[in-house]
Amino acid sequence: MKLNLRTAVPILLLVLLALVPLYATFAQQPFFLTLFGRIVVFAIAAVSLDLILGYGGMVSFGHALYLGLGAYIVGIMSFHGIDNGFVHLGATLLLCAVVGGITGLLSLRTTGIAFIMITLAFAQMFYFLAVSLKQYGGDDGLPVSAGSRFGSVTLDDPAVLYYVAFAVLCLCVWAGRRLVEARFGMVIRGSRQNDRRMRALGYPTLRYKLAAYVISAMVCGVAGMLYANLTHFVSPAYLAWTASGELIVMVVLGGLGSFFGPLLGSTAMLLIEEWLKGMTEHWMIIFGPLVVVSVLVSRRGLYGLLGDLQVRLSRRTRAVEGKA
Amino acid sequence: MSLTLFIMQCLNGLQLGVLLFLMAAGLTLVFGIMNFVNLAHGSLYMMGAFIAATVYNHTGSFALAALAIVPAMLVLGLIVEFVALKTLYDRDHLDQVLATFGLILFFNELARMIWGPSPYYMEVPEWLSGTVSLFGLDYPAYRFLIIVVGLAVALGCYLLIHRTRIGMLIRAGSTHRQMVGALGVNIVLLNSLLFGLGAILAGIAGLMAGPILSVQPGMGEPILILTMVVIVIGGIGSVRGAFLAALIVGVVDTVGRTALPTLLRSLMERSTADTAGPALASMLIYLVMAAVLAVRPQGLFPVKHG
Repeated sequence: MKLNLRTAVPILLLVLLALVPLYATFAQQPFFLTLFGRIVVFAIAAVSLDLILGYGGMVSFGHALYLGLGAYIVGIMSFHGIDNGFVHLGATLLLCAVVGGITGLLSLRTTGIAFIMITLAFAQMFYFLAVSLKQYGGDDGLPVSAGSRFGSVTLDDPAVLYYVAFAVLCLCVWAGRRLVEARFGMVIRGSRQNDRRMRALGYPTLRYKLAAYVISAMVCGVAGMLYANLTHFVSPAYLAWTASGELIVMVVLGGLGSFFGPLLGSTAMLLIEEWLKGMTEHWMIIFGPLVVVSVLVSRRGLYGLLGDLQVRLSRRTRAVEGKA
Repeated sequence: MSLTLFIMQCLNGLQLGVLLFLMAAGLTLVFGIMNFVNLAHGSLYMMGAFIAATVYNHTGSFALAALAIVPAMLVLGLIVEFVALKTLYDRDHLDQVLATFGLILFFNELARMIWGPSPYYMEVPEWLSGTVSLFGLDYPAYRFLIIVVGLAVALGCYLLIHRTRIGMLIRAGSTHRQMVGALGVNIVLLNSLLFGLGAILAGIAGLMAGPILSVQPGMGEPILILTMVVIVIGGIGSVRGAFLAALIVGVVDTVGRTALPTLLRSLMERSTADTAGPALASMLIYLVMAAVLAVRPQGLFPVKHG
């Protein structure tokens, strides 16, 4: 089999991510586990966003809402002494499904820029709700004293959390690929191209899009749950609109409409962020223009870039073979 | 709640609404006519507030600050348009959202580097620090000035778009861009100027808001989000809709913040009401937006074509 960059690089990345805890123990750098834990958690959130953004063409500018919901469930429940992970998970999935269902139904009445603004506004609504929850820290946030406990496995241990998150990520990438190839995914992709035609063919596209939106919300909620366990802290900043913006940047930077794209995007973005933070306190002054440039230059993201590289590479090998 | 307080709150709501309209007008002109989503509009507002505050604090003259803001914002708007946005007109909304998101990060950090992270103060000018008498009520003169300026700008916008030759070209360009270009109008320049006008409106909003809100990095985002709610409620691309929706949002938000906690306290237990009141009040306009969308997805006053 010929080397295919678009498969090889993401798989290499996954293998490297799997080896992070070993490296962190070996090099005695527990900081690595937190940094890459963040990358994995955000990759899950980005993958969930890509399902509706990349395949469904629904630009949700409020996806951090679900990240925040998942995180706050862990925070609030452990505040009241409930550390049962199954309860956390169940509540996260249920709440995200309900909120996603209601806001999705309202938002999906519109398309294009109105959809962007409405999802943003809904996220903002919950942001203010979180700020006004004075008994749960309000503006200052809420420390998570006890992480989610699944029987004998507790997510308090950074290495355990990392592997759980990594497993969830792999599951999401795999399930996502299955989903978009299935009939369900075909309808979603079809309605992105031409919603009216899909309806004329007899598909109730609104129902399909809503289902995709709710699935995406639930997966993102799980990412939020893991995030609260990772940072031992929840705050309204998790559902601030900048967080939603960063999620979109991750997806687009990585490459829309591919589940490896968001993985590449979140890794690249968080590493660049970390690197710039090490250089200067005013890292945003570089990061902001970098976002602008990346939008201007590349339309298909890192994953698309890999594809271009692949084409060039195979052309060169063909030329070499031709000479021989 | 007494009647006096209620009227005061309505006036405050009107004042917030007018401020929102200054923002919404610029945003909706650029969006409705050039089909360009400019999230960095809030940054222009912030820069306007900072520039005005700096000029005012150095010269002590509010009039001079007001005079300086127009050319400063025009130049800033044109630079932003030229450097980053020109190439994005033909891209889809997602790219525009992302690029302008990057600009927001840049401008916030720029403001933090130039003016520091803590709030930068701009005082109400002395000759405006008194009160004016309205229907027998003493209302702060400066807030009254905001209302007057906002209404004047609204009128100006209306006249510009519906009663002048440039307005005619702007309206024509919004629907038949190529045709207007083919008729010999420099549509590229027209668009740049329109973007500059949007920046000036944002700058005026920043100037007016400076003395009553704290001028600090990141001040543009909350008002940007409120502005988006205004635009969604009013109907995208409609200046008239933006005006009416801005007034609705301003009054609902301001009156809701005072009235809702009082109302809830009479309906339920005090402790529950004290928790739920502020939360519900800050969510109120988003609930209004959701209700409007549930009934009319295109907004209350959508733009009419043809």
